[in-house]
Amino acid sequence: MKLKKNIATSEAGFIFNPGTGDSFSVNNMGSEILSILKENKSQDEVIESISSKYEVERSQLEKDLEDFFSQLYGYNLLEI
Amino acid sequence: MKEKDKVKKIVIAVTALNAIDSPGPGISVIRAIRDCEDFEVKIIGLAYESLEPGIYMHDIVDKTYQIPYPSAGTDALLARLHHINNIEHIDVLIPNFDAELSNFIKISDELGKIGINTFLPRLEEFEARDKVNLSKFGKKHDFPIPTDKVIFQVEELSKTAERFGFPLVVKGKYYDAIICNSVEEANKAFYKLQAKWGLPIIIQKFIRGTEINVALLGDGKGNAISIIPMRKLYITEKGKAWAGITIEDPVLIDIAEKFIRATKWQGGCELEIMMSSDAKPFIMEVNPRFPAWIYLSVAAGQNQPATLVKLALGQKVIPFKKYEVGKVFVRYSWDMIINLSEFQEISGRGEL
Repeated sequence: MKLKKNIATSEAGFIFNPGTGDSFSVNNMGSEILSILKENKSQDEVIESISSKYEVERSQLEKDLEDFFSQLYGYNLLEI
Repeated sequence: MKEKDKVKKIVIAVTALNAIDSPGPGISVIRAIRDCEDFEVKIIGLAYESLEPGIYMHDIVDKTYQIPYPSAGTDALLARLHHINNIEHIDVLIPNFDAELSNFIKISDELGKIGINTFLPRLEEFEARDKVNLSKFGKKHDFPIPTDKVIFQVEELSKTAERFGFPLVVKGKYYDAIICNSVEEANKAFYKLQAKWGLPIIIQKFIRGTEINVALLGDGKGNAISIIPMRKLYITEKGKAWAGITIEDPVLIDIAEKFIRATKWQGGCELEIMMSSDAKPFIMEVNPRFPAWIYLSVAAGQNQPATLVKLALGQKVIPFKKYEVGKVFVRYSWDMIINLSEFQEISGRGEL
């Protein structure tokens, strides 16, 4: 699970795709997940990192992440 | 006295001062030129109508003269420019309206003889990229262009619509494009555009996708001096960009370079591109002059209008290689207040 190389993100949760000019906003949790992804971590490592920090059912977290990643993919922000 | 004061001001004449809701490029072109620190300029506005806002923007335009409408022909235009030149000694002239360009190209040699430099496309390239000839142009140079049909009678519409399906785009000879979803809508669009711009009318297959515009500057020898792609972020009812952002896409740079190489394009130009959902770029239109958003090229680090001035003056320029991605422009409108005396002056005497 990798963000495309040229995708710019900010701590405030702003995402910019310079190839298309599209921009998006994510909330604090989204921003945190993106910063983990930017470190080239795997999906499992994202789950580990988030579940160690927040009280959340693992199955719920996996489901929510799946949903988030499919949105990123749909918006052309992830490497195929 | 400062060193700068000793330098002779370059006198540059610019048309398209209509900074209205669907703006002409003139004001952006002037703003870009004024931003360039390599020369001092005096700007002469050339206007058709008394209410073109640029006439009254005295910090942008130093002096304005009315010129005859393109329909008056080249003799009338040349005579008027002779008169203006005797007073102002114009160094460079930059026309920015599609409808006037043909006349200016035809008299460019005459203008050169009286010291007025231009940097315009050659008539052959100018006509080849015309909406009416665009399909043929695409085939010749292997550019992806949407299928179109040039028609002279409204009766030809239904047969074309059967072939293209709906929606389709009905386009005027010079400007305007209307997306139509039925034969009735297409007929209405036909008459509307015929009344405004005359015949023929172009029917173009609709391509769904993202609208991208590319501003470019060619040196006339096949080299790209500058290429800036812009994605429209906010589009007005007339399809004009009210906000846009510079983007990075090698596919767009490639198609622009190919266009300049194939046509040996000389001067400024805007490619209107539709990036289809499967990422295929279609050239929808080739506008043979700078776009109204050209100031974004300055913000992105490639001052196309100022570079055109240098090329027109025969100076050597180095092609730009880099530009800033993610630069945004947002257009705004502003109510200027002018005195009646100024309006009278331009309306009555043809200059201000």
